[in-house]
Amino acid sequence: MIEAIGRRAVSAIEAVGRLGHFLMDMARALRDVGIWGRLVLVQMRRVGVDSLPVALFIAAFTGVVLALQASYTFTGAVPMYFVGTLVGKTMMLELGPVLAGLALAGRVGASMAAELGTMKVTEQVDALETLAYDPQSYLVLPRVIAGTMMFPVIVAFAIATGIITGWLTSLVLLDLSTPDFIKGLKLFYRFKDIWFGLLKSASFGFTITLVGCIVGLSTRGGAEGVGRSTTRAVVYAAVLILVLDAFWAVVLL
Amino acid sequence: MIEFRDLHKAFGEKPVLRGFSLKIRDGETMVIIGYSGSGKSVALKHIVGLLHPDAGEVIVDGQVIDALDRDDLTLMREGIGYVFQFAALFDSLSVADNVALGLRRRALAEEEIDDRVREALALVDLSGTEERFPAELSGGMRKRVGIARAIALRPRYILYDEPTTGLDPVTSAVIDRLMVRTREHLGVTGIVVTHDMRSAYTVGDRIAMLYEGQVRQVGTVEEIQGSADPLVRQFIEGRAE
Repeated sequence: MIEAIGRRAVSAIEAVGRLGHFLMDMARALRDVGIWGRLVLVQMRRVGVDSLPVALFIAAFTGVVLALQASYTFTGAVPMYFVGTLVGKTMMLELGPVLAGLALAGRVGASMAAELGTMKVTEQVDALETLAYDPQSYLVLPRVIAGTMMFPVIVAFAIATGIITGWLTSLVLLDLSTPDFIKGLKLFYRFKDIWFGLLKSASFGFTITLVGCIVGLSTRGGAEGVGRSTTRAVVYAAVLILVLDAFWAVVLL
Repeated sequence: MIEFRDLHKAFGEKPVLRGFSLKIRDGETMVIIGYSGSGKSVALKHIVGLLHPDAGEVIVDGQVIDALDRDDLTLMREGIGYVFQFAALFDSLSVADNVALGLRRRALAEEEIDDRVREALALVDLSGTEERFPAELSGGMRKRVGIARAIALRPRYILYDEPTTGLDPVTSAVIDRLMVRTREHLGVTGIVVTHDMRSAYTVGDRIAMLYEGQVRQVGTVEEIQGSADPLVRQFIEGRAE
């Protein structure tokens, strides 16, 4: 029992050490701007543009449900223009970033872990090193930078989509007028709502891509190992998103 | 010159190299033979710093590989071409881009890169495949692209990891001929890791047999062929007992 706890503790400390080492290597690779600079754009398209439909799809239906649930809760107790308040606040502060983050943990994190995992087990990563490329500069930095930069953009679109579908739902199904919805939307709005959501999204983007890269590059054992890495990347990223979500709420709200 | 000096390497509890020492002279092709899992590829990976020894050292051109910092290791790697067992081509890049990748790292002019890619692909008889992708190539063609990628760098050393494994006898002979041609054209020092004895006799100047993490015997092709060591004889004759 004690031995098992000790083993787990040692393994946890080793994992933290490996993470620190990985981050230091990544920071050192920042100077290879000639390598990662041109690859960032490719990754920005993959991470950002290609992920947009999924994020917008989720946000659209979230906006509809939020408006309907708000109306259900408020009817007879709170003025209906508060539907706008709830849709806006919730999309900006919580559901926009978190739902998009969780969806993209599956899409982006899994695809990165699978891609880098396959490269690892087929010795493509070793080949890169023998060609005098640092895998951190060539593989990791472009993905992490693209993730950190593009997630806030995706989330901004997702928030806007959620609010628009919430407004349309209020208009069509709840008989709420546009001025009333906007009144509610503006009621408790603070600029912090926006930057809080976007900052959170950037941290999710950084985390999801970093986890995808770390897990992918530590893949061992052929196709089975790639499958394991893909699952691990999604699970770790999802857990970390929820932890980060709570962290930012405690620190910034 | 490349020198392995008393190299030790273990993976977990399993020792692979146990005092491996070997010198490879400039201009020669050294073939390292041995059973599967005997540590041949592990030894090769130490030369380019893909693995780090538990003890001992690998010395290339007078420099201890494990003592090099990141920049010096990068510089050292620029002089070494590595041909991987399964070619390790980049799936998302065309044949031309695979061959050009190492050249782009050297910041050569695009015109020179194009020339070198053409020249390297011609040397491996793959002219005209520039726009194809690795998934569209046969196993033998992939290995030849891997060789082209290594020779395009005009390295001082080329390391071949099991270059003929998994290929039919005719394609293996083509790869052997390529390795000989590469040496004749470029005058590079080569290390070939293999358990294909026909290939070893064709391309090697000297052969070293690795057994239980150490060099069992090293000598010219003729010396190995005439070896009195029963273990070496069993291996080169391919006998079960």
